[in-house]
Amino acid sequence: MNDVLVLAEHLNGELKDVTFEMLAHARGVADASGTKVAAVLLGSGVGDLAERLAQQADEVLVRDHDGFAHYNSAVYQPVLADVIRGREPSVVMIGHTAFGVDLAPSLAVALDAPLASDVIDLAVEGSDLVGTRQTYGGKVNERVGFGGAAISLVTVRPAAFAPEEASRGGSVVALDTEVPDEPAFRRFVEYVEAAAGEVDITKSDVVIAIGRGIKEEENMPLITGLAELLGGVVACSRPVVDAGWLPKDRQVGSSGKTVKPKLYVAIGVSGQFQHVAGMKSAETIVAINKDPKAPIFQAAHYGIVGDLMKVVPALTEKITELRA
Amino acid sequence: MNIVVCVKQVPDTAEADVRIASDGSGIEMEGLPLQINESDNYALEEALLIKEDRDGEVTVITLGPDSSEEVLRMCMAKGATEAVRLADPAFDGGDAWATANALAKAIGGMEYDLVLTGCMASDDGMTQVGVTLAEMLGVPHATYVTEMEIGDGAVTVGRELEGGLLEKLEIKLPAVVTIQTGINEPRYASIMGIAKAAKRDIDTKAASDLGLDTAEAGKAGSKTTLLGLDYPPAGEGAEILDGTPAEASTKLADVLKEKGFA
Ligand SMILES: Cc1cc2nc3c(=O)[nH]c(=O)nc-3n(C[C@H](O)[C@H](O)[C@H](O)COP(=O)(O)OP(=O)(O)OC[C@H]3O[C@@H](n4cnc5c(N)ncnc54)[C@H](O)[C@@H]3O)c2cc1C
Ligand SMILES: Nc1ncnc2c1ncn2[C@@H]1O[C@H](COP(=O)(O)O)[C@@H](O)[C@H]1O
Repeated sequence: MNDVLVLAEHLNGELKDVTFEMLAHARGVADASGTKVAAVLLGSGVGDLAERLAQQADEVLVRDHDGFAHYNSAVYQPVLADVIRGREPSVVMIGHTAFGVDLAPSLAVALDAPLASDVIDLAVEGSDLVGTRQTYGGKVNERVGFGGAAISLVTVRPAAFAPEEASRGGSVVALDTEVPDEPAFRRFVEYVEAAAGEVDITKSDVVIAIGRGIKEEENMPLITGLAELLGGVVACSRPVVDAGWLPKDRQVGSSGKTVKPKLYVAIGVSGQFQHVAGMKSAETIVAINKDPKAPIFQAAHYGIVGDLMKVVPALTEKITELRA
Repeated sequence: MNIVVCVKQVPDTAEADVRIASDGSGIEMEGLPLQINESDNYALEEALLIKEDRDGEVTVITLGPDSSEEVLRMCMAKGATEAVRLADPAFDGGDAWATANALAKAIGGMEYDLVLTGCMASDDGMTQVGVTLAEMLGVPHATYVTEMEIGDGAVTVGRELEGGLLEKLEIKLPAVVTIQTGINEPRYASIMGIAKAAKRDIDTKAASDLGLDTAEAGKAGSKTTLLGLDYPPAGEGAEILDGTPAEASTKLADVLKEKGFA
C-alpha cells in the first residue's frame, strides 16, 4: 500500500477537530500497512497550521495561495486531483462535513475512484481496505470494499475517532501546484453567522430536548412543563425546527448548537450522529424513547424505554411530589 | 424554467426494529412504511414554488422498484408535471456512483435549467448522489442548501455549514442543488390531485433506453462493493430504568434528586 493522505479542514484560521481525528485514525491504517501519513493543507496564510499538522503527520503538503482564502470546491477539486495523481496515495481521507460532502464526490468522479462516505472505521484486511459506515439512522453497519482500486476516497464521520497527542516533527513541503482562478460558474459571496436568539441554550445547566417523537405541536406544553420544573431550557432536534415548532437557535447538533449542560434529557430523539454531535459531552444524559434500539441509548447514561406521552407526565408528577 | 427533481422512496425506520435480510443484501422491508425521502420532499416543494413563480416543467425522476411509483404519483398530485422511473433488474445493488450514472444518462437527455436532489437519503445515508450527478452532467453544484434565490442565469444559494453558519454562493445555471430539510414548508397533496395523478402515465426507462450497458449499471457498474451488514456492536449503553411509566419515573426522579436536579 501507499500513503494515507488526510485533507486538513480549517476555517477562520483554525483546524477542525475532524482533521486531528482523521490523522489519529490514519496513523493506525498506516501502521497496519507499513506506510506513512501525509496531510494536505490548502489555504491562504496557513504556515502555522502546517506546523501544527506536522506534529501529527509524517509529511505536510502545503499549498499556500490567495485562491484558497475561502473554501470553494470548484477550486479545491482540480488542485487536489493534481496532488493526488502525483502522490498516488492508497486512500484519501476527507471529513464528512459540509465542506467534505461538497468536495469528495466531485473529486471521486475526477479521479474515477471509489468513495465510501461517512465511514466510522477504516481497516486494513490483508492487502485490502475495508470501510464501515452506518445506514438506517445508525441501526445497521455496512462493510464496504473498494474493488482493489489504486486510489480510494473516504469521508470520515466527525467524532468517530479520538484525536491523539503526538509530536512527530513531520516535514513541511511547499507545493507549487497551479491554482486556478475562482471560476465564474461558482462564486463565493459571503459567510453569514446565525442570528442570536432570545434564549441561549448553551448557557443553561439543564437542557430538555424534544425530538420528532413529540408528534404534534400541541404536545409541546408537556415538555415545557418539565423544563420549567427542572429549571431548564427546551431544546430540540432538527425536525422540530423544520416543522416550525421551535426556533433554529434551539436546535442541538452538528448544524445547530453544541451544548455541555450538567443534565441533558433527550425525549423522543432517535440519536442520529448529527444530533449526538451537539450533546455528547453533557455530564448526565437521560433518554426517553419507545424504541429500545434507538441509538440515543448508546449516548445516554440513563434510559427509560416507553411512550413519552405517559412517561413525561409521570416524571413531572414524581418530581413535583419530591418537591412538596 | 425546467426543473428535474430526484426523489427516492425509503422505508421509515425511526421506530422500527430493523432486521438484516437473510441473504445479507439489505434489510427486511416487510411491514416497513414507505415514504418519500425527507429532504427530497423539501426539494420537490422548492421546485414547485419556482414553477409557480416562473412557469416551466417539474419532472420527478427515481431509480427504484415498482413501489416507488407511489412516490412519483404523490409528487404529481402536488404539482409535478412529468414522472420518470428508471426500472431494470440491471440497476439492482448499485452504489451512489451507479445510481448517479443512471440518473445522469436520463437527465442528460432532458432540457433542464436546474436539478434538485435531497442532500441525503435517510436509508443509506450516502450524501453523494447529488454531487456525483453534477460532476457526471458537467454542471456546477451546491450542497446542503437552505436558502435559494433564482437570478438571471444563476442562482444564489445559502449552504448550511456546521454550527448554523451560512455560506452564500452564486452558481451558474444549469446546476445541481442538493436541498437540506427546513428550506420551506412542504405542501400536502389535495384529494383531487391524488385522484388525477392516479391516472397519469409514468415514463419507465430501462438501462438500454439510456444507452447504458448492463456492465455499467447496478452492482456491476459500482465502484464500491458491499461486503456485509451487521448490527452495530452493543456498547455499554444506558442504564435502563425499567417498570411501568410510574415506576421508571420514580427511579429517574430519585436519580435526579441524588444528583441535585430535582
Ligand atoms: C447535514 C445534516 C445536518 C444535520 N444536523 C442536525 C442537527 O444539528 N441536529 C439534529 O437533531 N439533527 C440534524 N440532522 C438530522 C438528523 O440526521 C436526524 O434526521 C434527526 O436528528 C432526527 O431527529 P429525531 O431524532 O427527532 O427524529 P427521528 O429520527 O424521526 O426519531 C424520532 C424518535 O422518537 C421516538 N418516538 C416516537 N414516538 C415516541 C413516543 N410516543 N414516545 C417516545 N419516543 C417516541 C422514536 O422511537 C424515534 O427514536 C442533520 C442532518 C443532516 C443531513
Ligand atoms: N435511487 C434514487 N433515485 C432518485 N434519486 C436518488 C436515488 N438515490 C439518491 N437519490 C437522490 O440523491 C439524494 C442523495 O442521496 P444519497 O447520496 O444516496 O444520500 C437523495 O436525497 C435523492 O434526491
